[in-house]
Amino acid sequence: MPWSASSLRLHVESALAGRVASPFRFREDTAPVVVPTGIDALDELTGGLPRGCLTEIYGPPGSGKSSILQSVLAVHTQAAEACALVDAQDCFDPVGAQNAGVVLSRLLWARCPGIDPALRSLDLLLHGGGFGLVALELGDIPPKLVRQVQLNVWFRMRRAVEDTPTVFVVLARESNAKSCASLVLRTERETIKWSVPKTSKPAEHTPGCLVDGSAHSAEMVRSFLRRKAPLFIDRAKSCAGTAHFQLTSGRKAEREEPVAGKDAGTGPGFMA
Amino acid sequence: MAFCAIFLPDFLLQAATRTEPALQNQPLVLLDGPAPVFRVIAVNGPARQAGITPGLSKAAAAEFKGVQIQLRNREKEAAAHAALLDAAWSMSPRVENTAIDLVTMDIAGLDTLFGSFEGICRQVQSRCQAMGLHVQVAVSENPETARLAACASCGPTIVRAGEEAQSLRPLPVDLLAPSEELAEVLRNWGVTNCGALAALPVLSLSECVGQEGVRLHAIASGKGNRALLLAEPTDTFEEFLELDDAVEELEPLSFLLGRLLDQLCTRVAARALSVRTILLKCELQPAFEEAFDNAQIVRVKQRAATVQHSLSLPRPTQDAKLLLKLLRLRLQDKPPNAPIQKMCMRAVTDRPRAVQGGLFLPAAPDPDKLELTLARIASVAGENNVGSAEVLDSHRPDAFRMQKFCTDAAGSPKQAPAPGETVQPESRRAKSAFRYFRPPLPAFVASGQGRPVKVSWKGNSGKVVHASGPWRLSGQWWEENAWQEDAWEVELSFAGKHAASSGVYCIVFDARQKRWFVRGSYD
Repeated sequence: MPWSASSLRLHVESALAGRVASPFRFREDTAPVVVPTGIDALDELTGGLPRGCLTEIYGPPGSGKSSILQSVLAVHTQAAEACALVDAQDCFDPVGAQNAGVVLSRLLWARCPGIDPALRSLDLLLHGGGFGLVALELGDIPPKLVRQVQLNVWFRMRRAVEDTPTVFVVLARESNAKSCASLVLRTERETIKWSVPKTSKPAEHTPGCLVDGSAHSAEMVRSFLRRKAPLFIDRAKSCAGTAHFQLTSGRKAEREEPVAGKDAGTGPGFMA
Repeated sequence: MAFCAIFLPDFLLQAATRTEPALQNQPLVLLDGPAPVFRVIAVNGPARQAGITPGLSKAAAAEFKGVQIQLRNREKEAAAHAALLDAAWSMSPRVENTAIDLVTMDIAGLDTLFGSFEGICRQVQSRCQAMGLHVQVAVSENPETARLAACASCGPTIVRAGEEAQSLRPLPVDLLAPSEELAEVLRNWGVTNCGALAALPVLSLSECVGQEGVRLHAIASGKGNRALLLAEPTDTFEEFLELDDAVEELEPLSFLLGRLLDQLCTRVAARALSVRTILLKCELQPAFEEAFDNAQIVRVKQRAATVQHSLSLPRPTQDAKLLLKLLRLRLQDKPPNAPIQKMCMRAVTDRPRAVQGGLFLPAAPDPDKLELTLARIASVAGENNVGSAEVLDSHRPDAFRMQKFCTDAAGSPKQAPAPGETVQPESRRAKSAFRYFRPPLPAFVASGQGRPVKVSWKGNSGKVVHASGPWRLSGQWWEENAWQEDAWEVELSFAGKHAASSGVYCIVFDARQKRWFVRGSYD
């Protein structure tokens, strides 16, 4: 007996009930809502970090990816959003983050001993939902270990945040999520700025020699946000997909502040 | 005025089977008495049909096949009595703790909530049923008539005004609980029911048996009106479970925990409260230990050890399933080292959460769901490795402690400045982040001219391009965990590597250990 269109539709809908809400509804591909990173140059380049998407920031150690995450966390937590950081290397600096404006009471910090516990914790957090930002800090884990994470893991996590207001950020040395990521940024450090010129002989025990900050660049490797077709930047021909930004040293302010109070320990001083 | 009496028939049996419903359909006897000479004090229907009667010895009761024999448990009885009171308090605030198996409550005004007296009786029965109690309910204009009617008949009994004496007439006089002397006098007179007692002249009764006779005469006549002695609601919610066979595995244990939690949450919810903390105390099966006594091996039974678990929730809840999942995770992480013989679960309560979500506030994780997620992450990452960091008031580097993460901290965003108020524009220049190596990595540092020139650690070796320091830090010298160090910030260049792999690191010389460490790097 041939199936009528309506009965066939009913059959498919009942078979998919509970898994797919409306299988025959046309879903318009709407542009995701973006949130600022707190770094003007990056916001100008990318438009912001997309909600409900995976954003990958990668680069070598010292390239500034943790600083970008710190800035994004400050923006979100100051907006009273609950954020989560899955730290696969237990390297997060709460003191520095607080000085950078992160509201620590709104940040859930999971200090995971390795990549496997980190991915399991991340899975639980993403499926639990409700967070404005979830970040996975793979940090300095050797790339060959991170490469062992199968691509379907990244797909599953991207699916978990789809249609949710969660910004999902992954930090690593190399790009791993591939096409699962809606926005991929590659960071590099350009220069480190010191108070005393590098050429001069460092004066012994002088307070003038401080890390002032550093200059970094972020290159937008892939973005599915601004146009339907993915944007791939040709590094040889154009530098339109690169943002240059400056980071100031949070430690400099700490060094320069007076020593009074706290636990009666001695503050910055000089070797006798 | 109207009063409702709630009577719990076969109290000892119901208290024993409330948390173990499977026992209700099996022959069950309860024993009591001094240790070696136990006697049967209560038998249920199947056991009675098998021929067991109260008063038998334990050995005689054990002769019957398939009979479950249990010792009387006063903790369970206390829990059943507390549940009965909670059921009454869930209906009315004016409750009298009349006896261990009977409560009386003032139901004046409850008709606006539950309708007629029949509706009130049905509501009482259903609430007691939810707590595992099968009760007999009666309503009357005076508390004594309600009590007698509840004790006498199974179904809900409504005694209308003016019909008290008539309804009490066939009830046996033993229900009035006379003293032994008075009971013997009444038996000699041939007074067997309340109707016969009510027919006696009061003055003559007073002369013969005194005031007790007069009081019982008034009750039997349906005139037993008195004021209720109101009970004070308590905040103690405890449930007990004692097992014949100790449980070792988590799966069967979770069924038992689920029963206890269901009972606790039902009682807590009946009192319009929520669970803030669950305290679980498990008594473990005593282990046998071999000891040597005059070259003979003697098996010595140790004292039963106990294990306690405390489960605190950031927001109170009434969800028994959530609590069960959290308890399971806790027991998975810290399993008891012996089978569990006895459990005592206590709930610390709080007022229920009443929060209205703001339309313009950002979404936050559901507190109940978040608690479960955190517990699961804690089982993966470690209990003290999940939460929000709190910076300590100390100069010590990396001084923080972990605290429980809760969504209460997610308040409103930064307030907009008031009109006319001038606000300095916030610097949009981001600060560089520091990445800690925890624990710090031991390093070898070569010095020259009073500053480090080369740093090596864990397969890395870098030449110092630029150095800042030393920054001498010390503190808490009056304590054991004193610290003293000289910190340097150095820019390292790694020979043979890509230029980008160089970076700014923080190295410290620990003056107490006389060793160098790499604390972390800027990223």
